[in-house]
Amino acid sequence: MSGFDTYRRRFMGGVLGVGVTAALPAGVLFWQTAEGDVEDGPPASGKVRWGMLVDTTKCGTGCDACVRGCDQENGLSGNTSPTSPQWIRKVQVTNPRTDYSFSLPMMCQHCEEPPCVDVCPTGASFRRADGIVLVDRHLCIGCRYCMMACPYKARSFIHHPVTDQLPEVPRGIGCVEACSFCVQRIDAGKRTTACQDACNAEGHQAIYFGDLKDPNSEISQRLASYGSQEVLSSLNLHTGVRYQGI
Amino acid sequence: MHVVYRELEGRSKGYWALLLGLGAVLLLGLFAAHTMEERGHIITGMTNQIVWGMPHVFAVFLIVAASGALNVASIASVFGKAAYKPLAPLSGLVAIALLAGGLTVLMLDLGRPDRLLVAATVYNFKSVFAWNVFLYTGFFAFVVIYLWTMMERKMNPYTKVAGFAAFIWRLVLTTGTGSIFGFLVARTAYDSALLAPMFIIFSFAYGLAVFNLVLMAAYRGSGRPLGDRILFRLGKLLAVFVGASFYFVLVYHLTNLYFTKNHGFERFILLDGGIYPLLFWGGQIVVGYLIPLLLIFAPATRNSRTALAAASILVILGAFAQMYVTIIGGQAYPLPLFPGMEVSSTFYDGVVHPYTPSGWEIMLGLGGVALALAIVVFGLKILRFLPESLGDEHVDAQHQAA
Ligand code: SF4
Ligand code: SF4
Repeated sequence: MSGFDTYRRRFMGGVLGVGVTAALPAGVLFWQTAEGDVEDGPPASGKVRWGMLVDTTKCGTGCDACVRGCDQENGLSGNTSPTSPQWIRKVQVTNPRTDYSFSLPMMCQHCEEPPCVDVCPTGASFRRADGIVLVDRHLCIGCRYCMMACPYKARSFIHHPVTDQLPEVPRGIGCVEACSFCVQRIDAGKRTTACQDACNAEGHQAIYFGDLKDPNSEISQRLASYGSQEVLSSLNLHTGVRYQGI
Repeated sequence: MHVVYRELEGRSKGYWALLLGLGAVLLLGLFAAHTMEERGHIITGMTNQIVWGMPHVFAVFLIVAASGALNVASIASVFGKAAYKPLAPLSGLVAIALLAGGLTVLMLDLGRPDRLLVAATVYNFKSVFAWNVFLYTGFFAFVVIYLWTMMERKMNPYTKVAGFAAFIWRLVLTTGTGSIFGFLVARTAYDSALLAPMFIIFSFAYGLAVFNLVLMAAYRGSGRPLGDRILFRLGKLLAVFVGASFYFVLVYHLTNLYFTKNHGFERFILLDGGIYPLLFWGGQIVVGYLIPLLLIFAPATRNSRTALAAASILVILGAFAQMYVTIIGGQAYPLPLFPGMEVSSTFYDGVVHPYTPSGWEIMLGLGGVALALAIVVFGLKILRFLPESLGDEHVDAQHQAA
């Protein structure tokens, strides 16, 4: 009997030892990262819901001004290799039966019921009270489950070390990122997104951004007077981005 | 008739060579993980389109097989089949080892493995992934308790209860693993309620195949007697599980074919998707199901141990083919952004996504396999998992005593 006990203890001791050794470096790292203190601004308000309307009839086939605007605002390289992050992309849609073709910008749709948030094991993916869906870069463990879950393929994983990031847009290797509705601008009090500005500068005026909860905002007025749709509306995710003419 | 368990001698050159070999593969795996963390996933074949790659093929296989490896123990304690009883401890050990190997691969593949503690302390209870953390920890705990009730004579009366708990838990665990995919509504490949039960059936076959091989190797290596009777019984059981897997796969694809919206995907996997139909028909169906069934039942081979070992190996190879088709194939097929329309973009919308696993990924995956095997090999040396004899006379006596 005592023989059994010795064996068991040796076994359990081994298991424990391995566990502790494995957890130690992680613990030290955690301690280090937990030390930095960031001052929080006022919390996002649930009284607004940021949203976007894209008028595809005005969106130019072949034009990628919005993409370049986004890259510049958020410090992305603009590369389009399979491993490069792309927060916004131009999608050309063609009906094979009629040959009717149009183009539109596709990015995180800032779902009201975001699958990415549902599946994220750590809660790094979250939806702010104002409807913006973000990734907390300190909580993201890089499991990519959110990328598997997003129906719009809106997210990118950072495959290599990031060097020239912008101060307002922290990014990092091993984490997932996506369109943030230019949250750094919103929180600084601006009311346009970079893609919208770029589109307007190009003279297309295909993108409207604003508060969906304010009935007097331009976007709400437009939504009330023209038909618009969610992409993959059958999924009932109640996206914050809507499209006209799809 | 009391079964005598004894640890392996573990002093022979062969034993140490095996352990050293496994250690070397494990080190290579750790080196791969380290390099992946340092240089980023750019050194893997994974992309923003194929976000889960070879590490997940290995990890999900190991985790699914872990749950199945517990089968033998379940049959003994839950269903009271005395003939399997002497095998129950080994079955528990293999289960724990496979799970440890699989989880290690999964963790080391994370973009930020250094944040393991975050994963272990911050939970989003809506996430199937987060549930799985509990399912896995619970599985370890239940199996360890179960092993304890078997090894500690005082605790023997509780074996049945513990075995039952472990049995239920592992069904939930595999359902959880299957659901990791099942919850991905957006992807045609995974949008099926059949996925979770199918994973359970798969787990039975994969786990038993691994178990059979470990059993045969352990008895051969230690020169202990292992009778035909118990072995061929396990063979028949494997055949039943393989047959059931085959049936489930048929139903899965037939139901998918029933829905027009899934035709494109089915065509891709079954017909014109390049490597995927090849792996599906050649790997999963022929190598993984048909040949093993033939080996187990054909008059020429049904009494051969080599054939049973071969069948078990083939089941495992077929399992890898299945995981590859399910995990990679499911991602390679483009997401239907605008159903019925043709789409194109710089982000590779509307096109089949290519994927070539890199050596690093495979090293990491093999490292996980090596870890699992090393745990088994080492466990057999330090604890009494193996009966001294599984010769026919012992097995019969055991059977009659029950
Ligand atoms: S579009 Fe994708 S990333 Fe954006 S909120 Fe919806 S599911 Fe999440
Ligand atoms: S990759 Fe990051 S944000 Fe995405 S599910 Fe995993 S932890 Fe959450």
